[in-house]
Amino acid sequence: MANNDTIKKTLLVAVALCVVCSVIVSGAAVALKDAQVANKLDDRNRNILAAAGMLEEGVPIAELFARIDTKVVDLRTGKFTDAVAADNYNQRKAAKDPAVSDALSSAEDIAKIRRREHLALVYIVEEQGQLDKIILPIHGYALWSTLYGFIALESDGNTVAGLGFYEHKETPGLGGEVDNPRWKALWPGKQVYLDGQVALKLMKGVVDPDSPDADYQVDGLAGATLTSRGVSNLVQFWLGEGGFGPFIANLRAGKA
Amino acid sequence: MLTMKEILLTPVFKENPIALQILGVCSALAVTSSLQVTMVMCIALTMVTAFSNLSISLIRHHIPSNIRIIVQMIIIASLVIVVDELLQAVAYGISKQLSVFVGLIITNCIVMGRAEAFAMKNAPIASFVDGIGNGLGYSVVLLAVAFVRELLGAGKLFGVEILPLITDGGWYNPNGLLLLPPSAFFLIGLFIWGLRSWKREQVEEPDFRITAHTVVREGS
Repeated sequence: MANNDTIKKTLLVAVALCVVCSVIVSGAAVALKDAQVANKLDDRNRNILAAAGMLEEGVPIAELFARIDTKVVDLRTGKFTDAVAADNYNQRKAAKDPAVSDALSSAEDIAKIRRREHLALVYIVEEQGQLDKIILPIHGYALWSTLYGFIALESDGNTVAGLGFYEHKETPGLGGEVDNPRWKALWPGKQVYLDGQVALKLMKGVVDPDSPDADYQVDGLAGATLTSRGVSNLVQFWLGEGGFGPFIANLRAGKA
Repeated sequence: MLTMKEILLTPVFKENPIALQILGVCSALAVTSSLQVTMVMCIALTMVTAFSNLSISLIRHHIPSNIRIIVQMIIIASLVIVVDELLQAVAYGISKQLSVFVGLIITNCIVMGRAEAFAMKNAPIASFVDGIGNGLGYSVVLLAVAFVRELLGAGKLFGVEILPLITDGGWYNPNGLLLLPPSAFFLIGLFIWGLRSWKREQVEEPDFRITAHTVVREGS
């Protein structure tokens, strides 16, 4: 057997191996890119549809999503904007970029997200030319992790149509119950605003249905006080003055 | 010389990589909370082990011994990236749940261990079979752990409800600990205990023995 340990042979093997492996890896990446991009988009659209309760078994996601119009909202003015194209706007990236986001003071930052982007995506569902639902992206920090999700409001901008989180790392079985369909089913029909303020929040324990505030309260998650508080805070932040509040007010007044 | 059948089946129970060699335990803790995800992880690891063994064995006469570990790592890493890309393209939901653990197959000691211990010294076909065999050994333990964790932790198997949960109006109160990674330690421990009770020869000699307790005599 020839000596493999000469410098020449070592370099030759190293270079040849690197070339072969990089061709294989980049070949796979390029060949599969289309399928991956389609999957990512499908996955995001599925989450949006799920939050609005519009997911139907057996119907392709793309077909369901065709009813939804994606628009960009300037959170500073609360109005629609054409400053960026909705298709390639990366809201999560924008929230980290000082050029297109604002730092939040600790009093404002109840959702503990540190920075809020200037522009946000909203998803509008129209039924025969009439506004049917608006779906808003929300996120905030709870016990272990930032929860990312969507909240859907009915056309009155006040009644919740649904809520869902698609990314979080809360404790399975406790805070992780934010994914429980039975808990999520408590949200539709709840009211958000009372006298112009966000009144919707999570209660400790079970909401008393006879209480006058029952429409503004959702059951807390058993054994997950901090996750419940986090969800409460992030909903209040994003629907409030610092979040989509001005936009929803404009939308209701027909001035968005 | 071992026959192909022996090469394939020895790692399943007789020389199980997790139970006997205690390799690859970290992913066994992380991905075993649901059977479906575990299944995909097992297939991914088996494929990577088999093909890395095959390719390393093919070029084993040309690998300079001073950079052999790096050569093995490059081959393994390339295969893992290809598997990861494939999963993202065809099974996006599962690849999201597996997240970093597909990438961590690169550092899984089983893959590297087999490359160094077997593929560097044996013919390509035998190495390939050895990779499949060790993948199966890994899979047996993971699937057993995932079976217990998903059944008793979430009341489900492959996502299908078996024990109706109290939170869904049933009678079963799930054991939350089983959904957390540390529970896999207990289950793997029990698995090893069971396996070593069955195959006594796997019991290791103790490294040292504690000497008998000495009693201090009265008056001394």
